[in-house]
Amino acid sequence: MLLIHCPFCGARDEAEFFCDGEFAARPDPARADDAAWSDYLVRRDNARDWIVEHWVHAFGCEQWLAVTRHSVTNEVRAVRPVRADLPGDGS
Amino acid sequence: MTPEPFRLPGHPGEPIAFRFDGRALVGRAGDTLAAALLANGIHFVARSFKYHRPRGIFGAGVEDPNAFVAVGEGARAVTNSQATLTPLTPGLVARSINRWPSLACDVAALTGVFARFLPAGFYYKTFFWPDWMAFEGIIRRAAGLGTAPADPDPDLYDRPNRHCDILVVGGGPAGIAAALAAARRGADVLLVEQDIMLGGALGWEDQHIDGRPGRDWIAARVAELEAAPNVTVLTRTCVVGHYEHGLLTALETPGEGAPVRQRLWHIRAGRVILATGALERPLVFPGNDRPGIMLGSAVRHYLRRHRVVPGRAVVVATNNDHGYATAEALLAENVPVAAIVDSRADAPPVAFGVPVHSHSVIAGTRGRHRVRSVLVRSLDGLRRGRIACDLVAMSGGWSPAVQLHCQPGGKLRFDEAIAAFVPAASMPASQSVGAAAGLLRLADCLDSGWAAGAGEEAAAPWQADGPESQRIAPIWQVPEDLAGRLKQWIDFHNDVTVDDVALAARENFHSVEHLKRYTTLGMAPDQGKTSNLNGLAVMGAATARSPQEVGTTTFRPPYVPVTFGALAGRERGRLFRPSRRLPTHDLQRGLRAHMEDYGAWARPAFYAHGDAPMTDCIAREVRAVRTAVGIMDYSPLGKIVLSGADATAFLDRLVTARLDTLHPGQSRYSLTLSESGVIVDDGVISRLSDGDLLMGTTSGGAGSIYGLLNDWRQRQCAGLDVALANVTDQWAVVLLTGPHARTLLARTSLTIDLAPAAFPPMTLREGRIGPVPVRVNRVSFTGELSFEVSVPAGYAVSLWRHLLALGGDLGLLPFGLEALDILRLEKGFLHVGGDTDGTTVPDDVGLGAAVRNKPLDFRGRRSLDLPALRRGGRLQLVGLALLDGTAPLAAGAQLGGLHRTSHMSGEGMVTSSAWSSTLGRPVALGLLENGRARTGETLLAWDDGIARRVRVVPRISYDREGARLRD
Repeated sequence: MLLIHCPFCGARDEAEFFCDGEFAARPDPARADDAAWSDYLVRRDNARDWIVEHWVHAFGCEQWLAVTRHSVTNEVRAVRPVRADLPGDGS
Repeated sequence: MTPEPFRLPGHPGEPIAFRFDGRALVGRAGDTLAAALLANGIHFVARSFKYHRPRGIFGAGVEDPNAFVAVGEGARAVTNSQATLTPLTPGLVARSINRWPSLACDVAALTGVFARFLPAGFYYKTFFWPDWMAFEGIIRRAAGLGTAPADPDPDLYDRPNRHCDILVVGGGPAGIAAALAAARRGADVLLVEQDIMLGGALGWEDQHIDGRPGRDWIAARVAELEAAPNVTVLTRTCVVGHYEHGLLTALETPGEGAPVRQRLWHIRAGRVILATGALERPLVFPGNDRPGIMLGSAVRHYLRRHRVVPGRAVVVATNNDHGYATAEALLAENVPVAAIVDSRADAPPVAFGVPVHSHSVIAGTRGRHRVRSVLVRSLDGLRRGRIACDLVAMSGGWSPAVQLHCQPGGKLRFDEAIAAFVPAASMPASQSVGAAAGLLRLADCLDSGWAAGAGEEAAAPWQADGPESQRIAPIWQVPEDLAGRLKQWIDFHNDVTVDDVALAARENFHSVEHLKRYTTLGMAPDQGKTSNLNGLAVMGAATARSPQEVGTTTFRPPYVPVTFGALAGRERGRLFRPSRRLPTHDLQRGLRAHMEDYGAWARPAFYAHGDAPMTDCIAREVRAVRTAVGIMDYSPLGKIVLSGADATAFLDRLVTARLDTLHPGQSRYSLTLSESGVIVDDGVISRLSDGDLLMGTTSGGAGSIYGLLNDWRQRQCAGLDVALANVTDQWAVVLLTGPHARTLLARTSLTIDLAPAAFPPMTLREGRIGPVPVRVNRVSFTGELSFEVSVPAGYAVSLWRHLLALGGDLGLLPFGLEALDILRLEKGFLHVGGDTDGTTVPDDVGLGAAVRNKPLDFRGRRSLDLPALRRGGRLQLVGLALLDGTAPLAAGAQLGGLHRTSHMSGEGMVTSSAWSSTLGRPVALGLLENGRARTGETLLAWDDGIARRVRVVPRISYDREGARLRD
């Protein structure tokens, strides 16, 4: 069970969050061909390395957070709001 | 018979009566069940899992693979309890398990006679589909251990949380040293010990610190710990799980008189010090599984701690110096030791006056329910002799208890000096100390614990004496040419032998994970605590690899078995999932509503009417809605308000309905899709004003759709000016539906013009009833004239009372969800999640064109153009008319062509089905391959092996023109 340092609420248990997995930017639907769109829907790198996931503090401040986590050790290096206009870094 | 014939004099504990398999016995306060049984001369307490072999008490703690018994009676019984961990309490009742009709005379033990027919992989090779079905019942009966109680557990369990700076796991000398050193630095320290008291093996081993007995040192240190305000000690608590970021779970069994039976602690620790000790390994030799063959450390434990002599004629078998400590301990209590069998070539000829058989092993044993003699052979094959005995104390070396180090990902290395795996390196926030780190000298335990607690290299402030080394020379099995016909057991619980491991090696199951699954080595409730290393060393020998190369299997929680009660805690029964209540819950009960759980909500399924059967009650409610007017508490409907300059643009990017053309006071039906194009929710969106939209969701979707809006607000539309408010609980909704709905609503003081021209379908009006603000939406899910009347939730009860009083002469009836489902099914209205599944896209339910024509992009829109969603053969929603019989089809019945002879690989399924009292026949919806093009076709619907003919028909069965709705 991870301990995630929410920039707004402090250190909280993983159970308060929902993980949406590795972030994939939404391509322009008018320009993306079928393959590119399908990649956005289902394909993730799933690397054995540092990965950036999006988590939402669903049972807290409801903010979406970019969490840098190591997929092997589960170490968490940085937690930042997804919205660039919000301050804070809980790492 | 004298009570406790095997108890030495001088035990201070009070006598305690208990029963085992119906026998009345006496033990002592402070005993475990295992100690008390041994005091009564009882070794044989269990039968093994596979062959039902007689098995005796083998260890003295968590490591014991044999002595699993059922403890307690009735609903409080706990099956598969370890006798070595069960404190003896007055009146305790225990039973042996996995035997029938009795422990001594067990029918299934015959499998043992045929053991050569049941090698590893026997089940995989013998029972496979389709024959598996035929064997399953027999195998399920033969497998498993005890029987779970049938009645609910009457006791309470808790799951408390605890935070600390430093968690010390294990209260032996290393753990005590660590806790004291950490406490001196001012840290908040939690020390957790599985036993009923601190001290670990030092409490009974013959070792000295600062020239005084170990027990004195323990007493002094316990006093220091108790005096320290920043130290908490939890005894009777076993840490069972170690997860990421310093989270550990610990199972506390506080014992008699506690307010709860067990607590499953969730501990978040800044740093973890693992002082979990080491577990002694058995020796692998032919016939090593008979009752009376025990670990040497267990013999010393019972002898010194419980003053119980597990035997009167003892053979010690060892591959290291610790076996001699067992002989010495027995001799000190005048228990005769017949021989020491030492596999090492350099063993002395005699020790403490006992003959030592050096370079020798036990090559066979005799004794049906208890060991009676051993065959000793020298490894050069030249000497052999049989020695009578009733106890074999064996010492195969120590395996550090590395489970908690490994669970969160800690790595191991094989340490040749102690012939065992030890932690290779510390984890970021946890480190192993003492025997858990492979340090078997007491002085090293104290120093490593102290340094870890202090957080710096420092020697402990105590001096311990003791031998430098155990001088182990491992022998992992008895060579084949000396072994004879008896099996050499490795995993005592699951009956895995050297032959099974050799077979796995021959059949190329070389990986240790394959070995485990193929032979079941280490898969029993004991999780291979005593068998893992022996098993993988035998595998290594068979495949010319070192233990390091073979490696260990993955260690997973829990370290010891955990009861379901502790895992559930208080979340059971009514607290398992709290039920949400309607604002009018009590009023509904007063109207004789039969409440059921729909999703998270308790809602009326139907209302009792006299003694009428349920179906009549439901039909009466349906008739009221079709001919008069019905009323329902519709409050669970999700309600989300979107406000701000960009609210319309925002929601337009998310849902299928076009909203930029939606004027104030208008409502529009809309779907919410996943980004893959699948329908996830539906509802009606209304414009309250230029800047405010009200989004309706299904009652089950309120939370998830709010979450989705929040997600898109932050991640896809961060620049837009929009604010969200989930007002589902703030607004109660009273649904009035039926031809008299307008008449009834007009009798209130509502300030809204209800005339059809002023208030057409799919519009929303705001007004007041008296002083109460009201929103009314003309949306129908029944096909009748409908008004969804929303008021602040606190007014729901008074509005209901008002309407009930006004509507009596109009035939007003409350109706439940069963009637609502029939009403919408007669109209062919979609129930998302019932008539759709995780693959259904708008076109599959006939809404493809409406959705595609929206000129703006929205969530999931691009996916609708993917080839997979446009190809033929998709499941499409259709109506189904039953041709055979009148009983409604079961939802889930499989659809297929008339030529089909079974339900396998159907062409679709019935999704909704009910008896329509309005039409006097069943109505149903279903998803069918290419369904819309197959109207008029006759199919078979398979329901529990019975096929009935159905015809594909239009979805709408009642008022196809929608005239009633428009009124």
